[in-house]
Amino acid sequence: METNFSINYENKVVKVTLSGSLDAKRAPALADEIKKLIGKDIEKIVFFAKDLEYISSAGLRVIIFSKQKIGIDIKLYMVGATEGVLDVIKMSGIDNIMEITDTYEE
Amino acid sequence: MERIDTYPTHKYKGFNLRPGRPIPFGATIVPGGINFSIFSSHATGCELVLFKKREPKPFATIPFPDAFRIGNVFTMIVFDLDYENIEYGYYMDGPFDPQKGHRFDKQKVLMDPYAKVIGGRDVWGEEPDWDDIYQHRARIVFDDFDWQGDKPLEVPMEDLIIYEMHVRGFTCHKSSGVKHPGTFAAIREKIPYLKKLGINCIEIMPVHEFDEFENSRPSPVSGEKLMNYWGYSNVGFYAPKAGYAATGRFGMQVDELKTTIKDLHTNGIEVILDVVFNHTAEGNEEGPYISYKGVDNKTYYILTHDGYYYNFSGCGNTLNCNNPIVRGMILDCLRYWASAYHIDGFRFDLASILGRDQNGAPMNSPPLIESLAFDPILGKCKLIAEAWDAGGLYQVGSFPGWGRWAEWNGKYRDDIRKFLKGEAGLVGAMGQRIQGSPDLYRWHESGACTSINFITCHDGFTLKDSVSYNGKHNEANGEDNRDGNNDNDSWNCGWEGETDDVEINRLRRKQIKNAVSILLVSRGVPMILSGDEMGNTQFGNNNAYCQDNELSWLDWDDLKKNKEIFNFVKSTIAFRKAHPVLRNKTYFQDRDSAESGYPEISWHGTKPWDADWSDSSRTIAFMFCGKQAKQGKGNDDFIYTAINMDWNMHSFELPEIPEQLKWYIVVNTDVEPPEDIWGAGKEKEIENQFEVSVGPRSVMILIGKKSN
Repeated sequence: METNFSINYENKVVKVTLSGSLDAKRAPALADEIKKLIGKDIEKIVFFAKDLEYISSAGLRVIIFSKQKIGIDIKLYMVGATEGVLDVIKMSGIDNIMEITDTYEE
Repeated sequence: MERIDTYPTHKYKGFNLRPGRPIPFGATIVPGGINFSIFSSHATGCELVLFKKREPKPFATIPFPDAFRIGNVFTMIVFDLDYENIEYGYYMDGPFDPQKGHRFDKQKVLMDPYAKVIGGRDVWGEEPDWDDIYQHRARIVFDDFDWQGDKPLEVPMEDLIIYEMHVRGFTCHKSSGVKHPGTFAAIREKIPYLKKLGINCIEIMPVHEFDEFENSRPSPVSGEKLMNYWGYSNVGFYAPKAGYAATGRFGMQVDELKTTIKDLHTNGIEVILDVVFNHTAEGNEEGPYISYKGVDNKTYYILTHDGYYYNFSGCGNTLNCNNPIVRGMILDCLRYWASAYHIDGFRFDLASILGRDQNGAPMNSPPLIESLAFDPILGKCKLIAEAWDAGGLYQVGSFPGWGRWAEWNGKYRDDIRKFLKGEAGLVGAMGQRIQGSPDLYRWHESGACTSINFITCHDGFTLKDSVSYNGKHNEANGEDNRDGNNDNDSWNCGWEGETDDVEINRLRRKQIKNAVSILLVSRGVPMILSGDEMGNTQFGNNNAYCQDNELSWLDWDDLKKNKEIFNFVKSTIAFRKAHPVLRNKTYFQDRDSAESGYPEISWHGTKPWDADWSDSSRTIAFMFCGKQAKQGKGNDDFIYTAINMDWNMHSFELPEIPEQLKWYIVVNTDVEPPEDIWGAGKEKEIENQFEVSVGPRSVMILIGKKSN
């Protein structure tokens, strides 16, 4: 399956860099990668979304899925998302479960 | 080791299957797959039809093996489906014998009556592909919304101030200044406005999936396309209208609506849904197959003995509400909205149909209405009936409510409007309406709260139009002005329609304030039509059901133009909220339980304690005793209201109140702002404590209290 993300797990932090479209075609691969992290000691998942152009419902579901599957206490971040992407996140209420920032500091 | 509860037992063309669970109906995510369950008591066979999202042709058709049918329910689990990206429907086989009520057609793809997300009209007004064999496409819903502790607010009925609104009309106008006009998300943006106004409940006109293109046609006046704008015509009862969501194109309408409800709740605003269980969008024998007609026509609709559709709704068909199966569907549906969407209450369109039996005859104790009244999941939901139907059943005051149902009080609307325009012979009726209509509801357990008081609603003139037009002007609807109500009890104040005449406009503003004042000091639950607070006009159209344009949309620039009206409505709402004695729910019992020396409500005229109840009278005054607030447990001020709907000024001598108290003026609709209404703590002490002059066609409200 075509992927357009990279994922990195280090020091209890998962960093996911997204680009292009996170749609029904590509979201399942990301969900599969996140599934592999179930059970690991994770405090934060950070989505770097500067180059993410489009997110569909399937993409949004992966964000919800991350919180549910990895753990309700983990912190989610969405960093540098474009206005179009942020808009969808806010309207669907997903901004309630994550912190939205312009930049991310270690 | 991960435990496996369900595993495939059958295979069909590469699909892994297993007999499903009949309950719940609909499509439900289960471990490893989707459980499909659909009822039909007359079908002989059923096939599941699967589409990839928005694809014109199905990628699979899976017949339900005979072993998968339990009773009259076809049920099957299909494993390993990419359920985020599919749409599903059914082919139903059975007799086509209209005379016996059956209209099965195996060629039609049918939507699940329990579909919780429906695609096909994802973006409002976007022309659909009319060749698509599956116009309204069932999708699978996710139940992963995080409510973060939210629950329905359970605001006591007596404290409710309802604001009736249309999702699209509220913010569609360019003047609304929102990011996504006409959507749920835009309501969220306008929450600060709603809070400023002071209402604590929005009642939203239908948000179940409907087809805005149903019966669309060009307007003979403007040439513009007329749409099914109001949406009183359900495609699906369980799904929110995708075209009302800014995220509808992403299929995220469920999340967007839930987020909007959650934020409204956080801000102390309840959400009541206007629900339409009296008919569906399938029309009569000429209408399309969407779902019910092809799934089980004879069960879902009330039919004549020779198989035609009864039309008690005025919309082509009538849902068979007291068939036990349909009753179950309605109950399941409301439970779903109450639990999955945290809906605070429901207003039932043409609710009298819910009390008709399977032959269309009105019943004494309709089981559906009773079930809803006593249902545990709906236990704290507000239930409000529009207590009439288009078949001539009018049950205002006699709707079987079991102490749980409230009613849109049509008599309140009619009597207040007539009195406002100066008709004689209404003082007695006014006495009833102001008390919460004990003549209609004295026998009801919930007392005055049974009465939803309104002067305007979506159906009919706006408040501004009710003081600007004598007759309806519905030409733009394309029905030669035949549609819409003819009994508007309106008065144009001397000129039909818009005018520059200063005096006429002044009188109109005053009449609007008179109406608002009376509404907000009446016992019962007040309901305000969205836009009335900013003087919204529909230019005399009293039935704007098809007008998806500036005629219906609120023009937010009116807020600046009619600041005076907005300020008046806002302040009157605040006044009601500050004074519990206006909100008592029990009726006056002629007892002084608070030992105040005053009756809870007393009636006066131009002389105190001497109301003129005669047929020629157009004046009435009444006083609430604050000590009787909260059924004698509260401590409020005296509130005295004088209404003079005569065209001459009248002096009203004031009733005596304890000597440490003084009369202060709160409202005088006869004077210009800012003296038309005084905010809490700023009320103006009146010079002459024994008598007030109430101007022609004016309302004055005083409070009796210790000094400011």
